[in-house]
Amino acid sequence: MALATGGVVGQRRWYYPALAAPGIIWLILLFVLPFYAIAAVAFGTRDQIFALPIPAWNPLEWQFETFTSTASEFLRSGGIQAQFIRTLVYVVVSVSICFVVGYPVAYYIARYGGRLKVLLLTLMIAPFWMSYLMRMLAWVNLLSVKPEDPGLVNRLLMTLPFVDHPIAWNSGTVSHLTVILGLVYGYIPFFILPLYAALDRIDKSQLEAARDMGASPASTFWRVTLPLSKQGILAGAVIIMLPMFGDYYTPNLMTASPGNTMVGNAIDFALQGGQGQQPKGASLTLLLSAFIGALMIYYLVSVARAAKEARR
Amino acid sequence: MTTTEAATQAALERPAVVAPPKIGRIRTFFANPWGKPRFLSVWTWLYIIWSIAPVLIAVQFSFNAGRSRSTFQGFSMQWYQAIWDNTSENFDETLLPALGQSLKLALLTMPIATALGVGLAIGLARWRGRGAGSANFLMLFPLVTPEIVMGASMFLIFSNLYHFRLGTGAQLLGHVTFSISYVVIVTRGRLFAIGGDYEEAAMDLGASPAGAIRRVLIPLLMPAILSSFFIVFAISIDDFVISTYLCAQDCTTIPIKIYSAARNAGNPSLNAIATIMMVLSLISIAIAVLILSAFNRRHGSEASAVEDFARFEI
Repeated sequence: MALATGGVVGQRRWYYPALAAPGIIWLILLFVLPFYAIAAVAFGTRDQIFALPIPAWNPLEWQFETFTSTASEFLRSGGIQAQFIRTLVYVVVSVSICFVVGYPVAYYIARYGGRLKVLLLTLMIAPFWMSYLMRMLAWVNLLSVKPEDPGLVNRLLMTLPFVDHPIAWNSGTVSHLTVILGLVYGYIPFFILPLYAALDRIDKSQLEAARDMGASPASTFWRVTLPLSKQGILAGAVIIMLPMFGDYYTPNLMTASPGNTMVGNAIDFALQGGQGQQPKGASLTLLLSAFIGALMIYYLVSVARAAKEARR
Repeated sequence: MTTTEAATQAALERPAVVAPPKIGRIRTFFANPWGKPRFLSVWTWLYIIWSIAPVLIAVQFSFNAGRSRSTFQGFSMQWYQAIWDNTSENFDETLLPALGQSLKLALLTMPIATALGVGLAIGLARWRGRGAGSANFLMLFPLVTPEIVMGASMFLIFSNLYHFRLGTGAQLLGHVTFSISYVVIVTRGRLFAIGGDYEEAAMDLGASPAGAIRRVLIPLLMPAILSSFFIVFAISIDDFVISTYLCAQDCTTIPIKIYSAARNAGNPSLNAIATIMMVLSLISIAIAVLILSAFNRRHGSEASAVEDFARFEI
């Protein structure tokens, strides 16, 4: 029997990697190598006559001209630096709002959902599976500023005695709030979900123990519930920060104003702006990836650790 | 008083906590956190209304008899007719091809991504050798990479190295690439739940590894495979960034159409097409949930499939 099992184990050694191989090869060809293509284009040169990009596939031939000039733009005020600072502010403010709005929701459903839990969860997950663009379109309709057909929000506001003209959501200071509203609305379900999972996992007896030991409900929350949900908060924050840093469609849809553009808009503008702009777009993409790389790795490492603990 | 005494004291005082003095609701909440806090329930329902109402309003205006997207002038199906009826006065000939392109991409992505993802999930779960760890790590990366980075990287390699013409083919390759990881996660969850015993038993009874997987594991995994199918459909039909970056011409999908027309087209046919798409993706997710919950019930699992989905994590 031992011999027979040994034979099967020997067969298994190549069989499982072979099952995984097509997927792995696919991801290498269409996910890993394309990353290298960003570097090759960013560090490549341009055709003198047509300004077509000539990617440098050999690292020994890399030229850093375009890349350094793009990177140095971050040090000069205005332009890309302003977009970068704006992106940071938008992301930090939006994530904070997601936390303030989302934590009580996740907490309530996890702890007090009761008989309504499945209904509440279904309603909470529904936006998760609706097209992001459909949800943005809904706000574009609501916040429309067209004089001949103002959106519902302006119509409602104008019934108030002290609002006599429609508010221009897409210009001035208010436009920043419009974009932040769009970002929060778009990404908050992705924040609440991991947070809910973390809160739902908390063993109720730990809270009872804290209460039995004399902790007040408030200090039970601060000293037991909140620390135990920290992983969920961090996971939720990182999982929404990553796409927010690469977002360009939300500001474009919500206000379409140059005063609200983010780093993603600069990348999009360069890459869609003809082949001559490709090295610049690639350089910006590299810089963005480097900036958020730490966040990505933090998230993946913490997820891998959690999975290992769960399997134990 | 020692700490033990303090704890005993606190434990003895608990009955007083269960029947709190009536000093306002906030006070009641803090006195008895196991009761239902009204503030939290109001907050949660307000959040849910805020998160869903705008979309419902957008759906409502797809049935508007007028052109306005803010005053409802009566029920009409004219904006739906504008999609397919070329005699309609608002007929937009670009909407139907866009819907077709979205459906074509989603339907083609489903089988390819599911096959690759299920193979990858089984392989990674059972393969204990060197390389398994890094393959696991690699598989998760597409989930955390911002779409613009993925879109840009594929755009650059297709146009500069593979010399692959941008269009439906490129879009299909892109959609499969970001869908694989979702399939792996859904399948892997089931694989851990099933465990290795059934295959071991099959192989002890003389099945080859391939036979054990084909005749034992795949039937057990069927619910996960089917729900992956529908999840892939939903995420493919909703994708915007990758589709845009890998499209040159004649490959406009519905999200691309919504994006380019949202700010200027002043008519509700956009709402109509967005509603159709949303219904399609919600139906496919509902099917995925139903499949999983039927499976859970048959196996006497307590948790509902909706809760499984809520814990849907990387």
